[in-house]
Amino acid sequence: MVIEIEKPSSVRLSKVAISKTHGEDSPYFAGWKAYDENPYDEVHNQSGVIQMGLAENQVSFDLLEKYLEEHHEASSWGKGAPGFRENALFQDYHGLKSFRQAMANFMEQIRGGKVKFDPDRIVLTAGATAANELLTFILADPGDALLVPTPYYPGFDRDLRWRTGVKIVPIHCNSSNNFQITPQALEAAYQSAESMDLKVRGILITNPSNPLGSAIQSSILNDILDFAVHKNIHLVSDEIYSGSTFSPSEFVSIAEILRNRNYKDAERVHIVYSLSKDLGLPGFRVGTIYSYNDDVVTTARRMSSFTLISSQTQHLLACMLSNHEFTQNYIKTNRERLNKRYDMIIQGLKKAGIECLKGNAGLFCWMNLSPLLNEPTRQGELELWNIILNQVKLNISPGSSCHCSEPGWFRVCFANMSEQTLRVALQRIHKFMEQRKVCSVNR
Amino acid sequence: MVSMSKIATGNGHGENSPYFDGWKAYETNPFHPIDRPDGVIQMGLAENQLCFELIKKWLMEHPEASLCTAEGVNRFKETALFQDYHGMPEFRQAVAKFMGKVRGDRVKFDPDRIVMSGGATGAHEMVAFCLADPGEALLVPTPYYPGFDRDLRWRTGVELVPVICESSHNFQITRTAMEAAYEKAQEANLKVKGLLITNPSNPLGTIMDRETLKSIVKFINEKNIHLIGDEIYAATVFKDPEFVSISEVIQEVECNHDLIHIVYSLSKDMGFPGFRVGIVYSYNDAVVNCARKMSSYGLVSSQTQHLIATMLNDDDFLHNFIMESKEQLFKRHKYFTWSLSQVGIGSLKSNGGLFIWMDLRKLLKEKTFDAEMDLWRVIINEVKLNVSPGSSFHCHEPGWFRVCFANMEDNTMEVALSRIRSFILKNNESIVPRKLCRRSSLKLSLSRSLSRRMDDFMSPAGIMSPHSPLPQSPLVRART
Repeated sequence: MVIEIEKPSSVRLSKVAISKTHGEDSPYFAGWKAYDENPYDEVHNQSGVIQMGLAENQVSFDLLEKYLEEHHEASSWGKGAPGFRENALFQDYHGLKSFRQAMANFMEQIRGGKVKFDPDRIVLTAGATAANELLTFILADPGDALLVPTPYYPGFDRDLRWRTGVKIVPIHCNSSNNFQITPQALEAAYQSAESMDLKVRGILITNPSNPLGSAIQSSILNDILDFAVHKNIHLVSDEIYSGSTFSPSEFVSIAEILRNRNYKDAERVHIVYSLSKDLGLPGFRVGTIYSYNDDVVTTARRMSSFTLISSQTQHLLACMLSNHEFTQNYIKTNRERLNKRYDMIIQGLKKAGIECLKGNAGLFCWMNLSPLLNEPTRQGELELWNIILNQVKLNISPGSSCHCSEPGWFRVCFANMSEQTLRVALQRIHKFMEQRKVCSVNR
Repeated sequence: MVSMSKIATGNGHGENSPYFDGWKAYETNPFHPIDRPDGVIQMGLAENQLCFELIKKWLMEHPEASLCTAEGVNRFKETALFQDYHGMPEFRQAVAKFMGKVRGDRVKFDPDRIVMSGGATGAHEMVAFCLADPGEALLVPTPYYPGFDRDLRWRTGVELVPVICESSHNFQITRTAMEAAYEKAQEANLKVKGLLITNPSNPLGTIMDRETLKSIVKFINEKNIHLIGDEIYAATVFKDPEFVSISEVIQEVECNHDLIHIVYSLSKDMGFPGFRVGIVYSYNDAVVNCARKMSSYGLVSSQTQHLIATMLNDDDFLHNFIMESKEQLFKRHKYFTWSLSQVGIGSLKSNGGLFIWMDLRKLLKEKTFDAEMDLWRVIINEVKLNVSPGSSFHCHEPGWFRVCFANMEDNTMEVALSRIRSFILKNNESIVPRKLCRRSSLKLSLSRSLSRRMDDFMSPAGIMSPHSPLPQSPLVRART
């Protein structure tokens, strides 16, 4: 019997599926599309778009490759692969003990040994993307709010809000004090949430900051923690760029602030970490949540079932990161190279007449092009951005996509390319600025 | 005290189920042939451990598949940087090919419809997020995998409504049962968005025949609801009849393809649960697009994508692996079910999966779930086997237990069987069914059945299992 099947307009998918909260309509991603269609190549496509919108760390791969070449017996499954079976079967959401131990050690080394991390408080997730979403599910109910300082990583709009139903209320920061977070801004954000009838469950800070490229000072960290205690809310510190500070003394982790207070108030603090930036391994999906709250650790661990790290990858990295000689050398060398790159881009931009926020960390700089805007508005910023993307052929990220309240700022990545490509990019900027000078002179 | 969310503080994680209690018993006292011969044997974990030698051999012969070898390290950088949620093209192609092969190449899968996820666990949650709003419902035939309670409901807020399947129909899904479940949902004011089937079934180990699948496809089209086919055990079907996939059936009947989605994984078919290779394959473009974005929360490690792509692109290896795996599972299943039958224990007739659905109804003091729990506690604490009670699978009738057989060595299996034998012997009077007690027919029927089973048991190559296929049943011994 043949039944009549009417093709309905389409079975409705969920509200989450239909919504635009995945955030991909933002200019942050439009620039990537332009790059994908016409990517720069040193040899084959010298007029293509140079990708400066992707915060990747490619400056230290040779160190990783060297390690693998010298230790491939240790990091693969050994001769005859005796360890393969056990590794392939290992799906325990606690994660490989050796890997958690290695991560704890690595995180300690990055912080100069000033704090200790307990491997049993480390929960593994497939990337910081998953870690941030997971924490949001645990700390807030749908309709509640998290306070996030602006400017912030555009991905938070998706990661903190999309499937969780949680809202972001911005803590506005501006250039008058180098975009630092102030107690007044914190309070204003909290009041703003209250006025919208939103229950604030926590604050999420990124330290070192993306997109600012600077570490948060310890006095400010103390202020933020005090605020969280006062309002009885959580504090999440996303420290995925902690290993990318140009000098070890420049970065203070929330863990150190806690240690200085003898871990009083620690049960509201959670740290997100990842190897995507510091180690340059975004493809391996290695994220962690470190929480000082036992219930959060237990729950996060259970939830990590949806997003475990491949045991194959855990095994490789356990080997690599337990090698102290390797990690010491890597951390030190990586910092030096990033610092050198940073200096190079800052000098280059200065020569072109462009100022940047003083930075000391990260894979990008926060560039001030406000003097170039036709009008000091978001529209003006996007117009300028379009020109830079389509004429100068550089994909940089407009501040508005990072929710910056002042137009004219742009995030420019410098560690995801060779020095030669960076030189080409700087030349193009220089030429662009020269041309603009000529134009304005002729007017 | 700073508070957590309702999702965090509730019981949606599902770990209070007896399904996990048994695991806890195992973890506190795990069996080891030498160090802990009295420990609990894990028979509650559906793992496939029978073919690792084949995989190890392949790994040794293909160092380029690993990024950590001299042959593979030149791919390290580009692989380590690759975080595109589309997934590596060669990975998707290899998985699409594997899925086709497992279905006898009767279907072709499009690599561009393959979306990654954090294991099948992640895939199920992701599909639920895409198809249903909080408070809406999915129909799920019972008995079903306990993890669904968590995977489909916990963070999504989606409800599950059981489609009750009964032993009288060999637990097959009937039209009546589907209708009844649908109506029940309506009465409870729950909007049904889809039906989730697991084929081959966990915990039954059975496959659905073509007619049943067609009836299901017809049902979901009439109701205009989604169909999610969890086919993670597809390659574990070790005996005829052959596995029929949803993907084949929709080629044969009228169907709105936008309703059809398949969940797949390499955890069972290949035995790689640690590698977290979950797949969502949807015939609906909007779902593919949405799921792909969501896969950001559970991408497969590019290191693993590279390994899998290399491995699954090796046609010879694939062919050998699928054949060998089936054969090993067939042998294990045969020996296990035969040994159980020797002591009067039956199980649902099955031809797939990594477990059997064991019938212990006659051992229950009374036909209740309390009695099932009592029996289960005895099995855990006295017989020291972690088996999974049917109630944890939401089985409608008490007395059924899922017992995994592919996750252990041969000698561990022997220990498990001998413990079962001793237990049955001890409880001989109360549980041995009357027909087995009749002496004359006992000897005759046993010897007949033994010889028949021996023939069945010989593998196609005519090689007998290294372990004796003729363990002397204590019942036989006692009577001669």
